[in-house]
Amino acid sequence: MSAAERPAGALASVPAAPRDRYGSLPAAVRAARERGELLVQPRMGFSDPARMRAGLLATRAARGATVGTLTLDSYTRVGDVAAAARALATGVPLNGYPITSHALDITRGVLDRVAGPGFPVQVRHGSPLPESIFRTLTALGLDATEGGPVSYCLPYGRVPLRRAVDSWARSCDRLARAADEGGEPHLESFGGCMLGQLCPPSLLVALTVLEAAFFVQHGLRSVSVSFAQQTNAAQDAEALLALRRLARQFLPGVDWHVVVYTYMGVYPRTPGGAALLLSRAAELAASGAERLIVKTPAEAYRIPTVDENVAALELAAAAARAARPLGPGDVSDTGVYVEARALIEAVLDLDPDIGTALVRAFAAGYLDVPYCLHADNRGAARATLDAEGRLRWSSVGAMPIAHLADLDRAALPTSSGLLAALTYVQRTCDADAAAPAPSLPLEGARL
Amino acid sequence: MKRPRGGRSPGAGSRSTGPARGSVLLSSVSSDAHTWNLVFLQLLLEENGYDVVNLGACVPDELLLAEARAHAPDVIVISSVNGHGRADGRRLIGALRADPMLRGVPAVIGGKLGVAGADDAADAELLDAGFAAVFPDSPDTGPFLHLVDTVCTARRAARAAVPVARTGHGVIPSRFGNGLLPAYAADAS
Ligand code: B12
Repeated sequence: MSAAERPAGALASVPAAPRDRYGSLPAAVRAARERGELLVQPRMGFSDPARMRAGLLATRAARGATVGTLTLDSYTRVGDVAAAARALATGVPLNGYPITSHALDITRGVLDRVAGPGFPVQVRHGSPLPESIFRTLTALGLDATEGGPVSYCLPYGRVPLRRAVDSWARSCDRLARAADEGGEPHLESFGGCMLGQLCPPSLLVALTVLEAAFFVQHGLRSVSVSFAQQTNAAQDAEALLALRRLARQFLPGVDWHVVVYTYMGVYPRTPGGAALLLSRAAELAASGAERLIVKTPAEAYRIPTVDENVAALELAAAAARAARPLGPGDVSDTGVYVEARALIEAVLDLDPDIGTALVRAFAAGYLDVPYCLHADNRGAARATLDAEGRLRWSSVGAMPIAHLADLDRAALPTSSGLLAALTYVQRTCDADAAAPAPSLPLEGARL
Repeated sequence: MKRPRGGRSPGAGSRSTGPARGSVLLSSVSSDAHTWNLVFLQLLLEENGYDVVNLGACVPDELLLAEARAHAPDVIVISSVNGHGRADGRRLIGALRADPMLRGVPAVIGGKLGVAGADDAADAELLDAGFAAVFPDSPDTGPFLHLVDTVCTARRAARAAVPVARTGHGVIPSRFGNGLLPAYAADAS
């Protein structure tokens, strides 16, 4: 019987798995910190359990400090269990692992003797209404996952923000209760990604800090904040510093760390361009993060294979080890910190309940994600790339940063203009990788 | 002009002058959350003179059918890149072709439709299932615009031959947008 067919209450009666059987993400972060290593993690998910298990085994065996991932498929993300079950029955390969449709024992068979102390496995999904996913993963004894009421709502469909906030609040409460059984549940905010591209860093930083504060308000004691590599290395380094500073200020008394995502927008098409972008992400992460999510050269085309994921993990681990620490002149202050702080404070002022504050903030346009089509997003903010590839606001809409933002009043995009901005990283990385290496590093082009 | 969500367009793509060359209903499939593809296609079509209604991400089949009945577009354009497009697209085109009001409206699909890259045999199955065209994951939009033009021109000619009375522009509330979705109140056909 699949989990989908089980009567609603049945999962609750499954005996709780012994804690730490499948490893602890916060413990792995502490251990890596002590060794001075960056944790590297794939975004890996297959619908076939045997392939999923093989992927986890290969991740564990990869050279580097690795964390395992179960990335869930799109049917599970949108709660379409019927479609997931149909695909499993007919052997149609999905774009991830359908954790709520495979029986619990099948998933235990995927995890047993792979996940464990020293090799935690995190569930990555993308669900605005994640209650059944949280129910399943806690029943399995897994206690690390990711998302957030905003970052898994606005970019992931059409569920109203208020519903997502309520569902995430209940899900956080459930996950936090895993601590009662001696576990150390961990929740990562995906707020540092928001549509993957063309969102200026101050808004990404503000959103991930706000989501982490929401998790803490709902009982979590170990969280991570995120930042997705963007279009300019110096701007990214500044954003990462701002993120650490704000996390210190707004997440007092809880365990937190920073995770960097390798570029989440349109990816280079050549193997060389992909490797260059990944090594830049590893250098960025080495400058101020504990964990890095990697991408592979298949990114621009299709779901990556296990081998492609392993190669990416090893390349990233090596690049992080080789990275030199940031020097004093490497990062300048272009205002990411003050803008992000202004956004966070304006939102927190709206209501003592952070979920309600987030809903009000989007309704008022205090938070406004560029190019996001979701009905609860105001849609008045616009961003653009300047000549150095820095992300700049071209309109801040009603966000309370008009006095801070250095506007680049670019014309509204055309289809070709938008595509040019979306493919900037792809073009520059593919070109840089094809060009012969310069004999001397160019000023300002270190990362 | 007709736009979803209270009239917002993502950019400068708005058709500024002259009558529309045709009307397009643009949509993702039920499981697919990606929207940059939709934003891009909306701008492209608007710049080329079409009215576009963009339904956005994760559109359930029933919603797509309801919007298609309400808007009576010249062509339905489906875009999906998450790798479930083939499965979702097959199910959707079955529903569209089974609907008495929509059976005659041509529908096309494109993007990254499977999880393992291009697959011509699978594309052929989508054509058999009823799509008028299947477009590969390619930056070349020429063939697509040509097809939309051909379809819209043919439908305009057919309409001119058999005049269809419109009962006028009205406004119906959208259950899913964040405002009022302008649409034809009723189509007398
Ligand atoms: C940005 C992005 C995201 C963002 C999307 C935000 C948003 N709301 O849009 C986020 C981070 C949220 C995201 C999430 C996911 N993503 Co994603 N994403 C991407 C990424 C990096 C870029 C896509 C993009 O913005 N392209 C820019 C637009 C303008 O172009 P395009 O979509 O490529 O379409 C072009 C053509 O295909 C063509 N086209 C598209 N549709 C149509 C239709 C017609 C009719 C025509 C003529 C042309 C046409 O026109 C465009 C211009 O040339 C791609 C990989 C890449 N390309 O580098 C992965 C990618 C599309 N994602 C993928 C997946 C699987 C997912 C997830 C399921 C997570 C996962 N398992 O990894 C979730 C989606 C959840 C869901 N319910 O669907 C896979 C799909 C795999 C496949 N098809 O084999 C990709 C390819 C990455 C990968 N290699 O694994 N993603």
